[in-house]
Amino acid sequence: MKKIYINEDVCTGCGLCRVNCIVEHSKSKNINKAFKKESPKPTARLRIEERKPISFSVQCRHCDEPRCVEACISGAMIKDEDGIVYHIEEKCVGCLSCVMVCEYGGVIIDKDRDKVVKCDLCIDRDIPACVAGCPNEALFMIEENEIKVTEKNNLTGIDGIDKMNKLLSFR
Amino acid sequence: MLSCLPAKFKIVRDSNRCIKCKVCVQQCAYEVHNYDAEEDEIFSEEKSCVSCHRCVNMCPTQALTVVVYQLDYVPNANWKKLDIMRLTEQAESGGVLLTGMGNDLAYPIIWDNIVLNASQVTNPSIDPLREPMELRTYFGRKTNTVEIEMGENGIPQLKTKLGLIKLEVPIIFSAMSFGSISYNVHRALAQSAKDLGILYNTGEGGLHKDFYQYGSNTIVQCASGRFGIDEYYLQQGVAIEIKIGQGAKPGIGGHLPGEKVDERISMTRMIPTGTDAISPAPHHDIYSIEDLRQLIFSIKEVTYYKMPVGVKIAAVHNVAAISSGIARAGADFITIDGFRGGTGAAPTMIRDNVGIPIEFAIASVDDRLRQEGIRNEITLVASGGFRNSADIVKAIALGADVIAIGTPALIACGCHVCQNCYSGKCNWGIATQDPQLTKRVNPDIATRRLKNLIRAWSLEIKEFLGAMGVNAIESLRGNREHLRGIGLSRNYLDILGIKEVGR
Repeated sequence: MKKIYINEDVCTGCGLCRVNCIVEHSKSKNINKAFKKESPKPTARLRIEERKPISFSVQCRHCDEPRCVEACISGAMIKDEDGIVYHIEEKCVGCLSCVMVCEYGGVIIDKDRDKVVKCDLCIDRDIPACVAGCPNEALFMIEENEIKVTEKNNLTGIDGIDKMNKLLSFR
Repeated sequence: MLSCLPAKFKIVRDSNRCIKCKVCVQQCAYEVHNYDAEEDEIFSEEKSCVSCHRCVNMCPTQALTVVVYQLDYVPNANWKKLDIMRLTEQAESGGVLLTGMGNDLAYPIIWDNIVLNASQVTNPSIDPLREPMELRTYFGRKTNTVEIEMGENGIPQLKTKLGLIKLEVPIIFSAMSFGSISYNVHRALAQSAKDLGILYNTGEGGLHKDFYQYGSNTIVQCASGRFGIDEYYLQQGVAIEIKIGQGAKPGIGGHLPGEKVDERISMTRMIPTGTDAISPAPHHDIYSIEDLRQLIFSIKEVTYYKMPVGVKIAAVHNVAAISSGIARAGADFITIDGFRGGTGAAPTMIRDNVGIPIEFAIASVDDRLRQEGIRNEITLVASGGFRNSADIVKAIALGADVIAIGTPALIACGCHVCQNCYSGKCNWGIATQDPQLTKRVNPDIATRRLKNLIRAWSLEIKEFLGAMGVNAIESLRGNREHLRGIGLSRNYLDILGIKEVGR
């Protein structure tokens, strides 16, 4: 299953993933209407964590054994046969049990609706809006089993250099 | 003290479009945009705006525009706005005016007064999409004679070892040090040079060990500060350049402020962390052509005479005579940097008033070396303000062998030529070492863009060649018959060695 990953070395923390997520999950899908007109306000299904210089966006990891699905008291959290964890809004009672159990902070509270929202990998789109709109290609979509190769090759940025420094003593 | 300096730019925010997403606030290293939670508004402190367009480009709703702040001073042909502002700035700071990038004054750009030829009827033009077109260029000293021996199978073979570097296009990347530009940009330059079969230049900041893998496409530089230089470093690349001067600041040294010298740069430059890296104006061991010859041959000894050793000078008066001396000192290539060449930091007055345009430098150096019969011994690299493929074609026809591009490469990586490279706050993550900002250049994207640029230019150069009816860049090199001057004085035409249009 393809999942969203982030290359922290090139994430600038601009927040456009958040903006694009809000637009994609708005009724109108129009950026101005989504931010200015729509009520209740559409909520981003991701959070941006930042402690300079590190920043990254956090969205649902679509776990193999999702604790949010186990914890949900109303059957609103479902993992489908493709492995995508869905949230059915109509069934949600807003108990926030899923928020409590999620280790990643991948379930977001929608204050306007007293419910939760979470990443659905933009089922209507080929590439999720956050990935497509990332200006620095920090977010990417990749098969889970391929991610290790990418990590190994990725020696850019501070972490990469630290890794290199450990590998090679100077001269 | 009341500052009498007005803002240089004005930010126009279209409130109908602004969605207050705060991307501009997060992206501006100059802290121009600030979000006021109480008012739920974003306010802009324009005085520190440098018009780098980071916020404009990142804004998801195109709500921002940056315009020149129109504050008109009393019209005065002598005391223009720029002069008054600079003077006021100095009265407030007491310091030398600093700037980045190349000379931005309205000196004549001679490239725009030179036109190229094309074939009509009497000799056919060539379609580069149908016919092979050769841009390959060899870099280094070309011998006077070659020896040929009969091979075992009866096929003649070249006996002389040429020791030349093969470039797939006659374009290389100019010297930009790791320190003046970020690690990620350096990496993108190295990677794209390798992929394109061209060269990049380490600049005077040494070579980070991560880049040793790109050695086959590296020119290593030896400048007056001698930062990061040891025997091992000199052997890493395929060519070595002794930097005497730089077009943006001829006769002036360099200064990398201590705050930019982090652990990585300290290791690369071989200096303690946090110390200023000061390159003296002269090489303290070079006071004559003879001294230069000693350094050239010291370096050749260290590298076992395996690689070309060149000298980079700024285009100044008497550049032809100096180049002749450099050639006779044993250099294999000369890089001449015109006065529009860029820099990470230079005193504004020096940048804008010292040196000569590269067009005249190429012509006079090429003429002089030809007259002395030593043109083949030198690869002439020209740099300084090349803007497009037409400039490159004209320069090659004028007599340059290879063109080095710095600013175009940086623009490809995202630079918007705001000329604030010296501030260390480059919003595009290029001329900075701030870990928060350097991430803004994704080396993979930058590599892709650099490769696109060189590919696009090489396609255009092939079109020019085809139109002129030649199928190899070698047939154009130094062929000034393909050039004509328009709107140039008799003296200019004479120095450039080209005819007037219509002749």
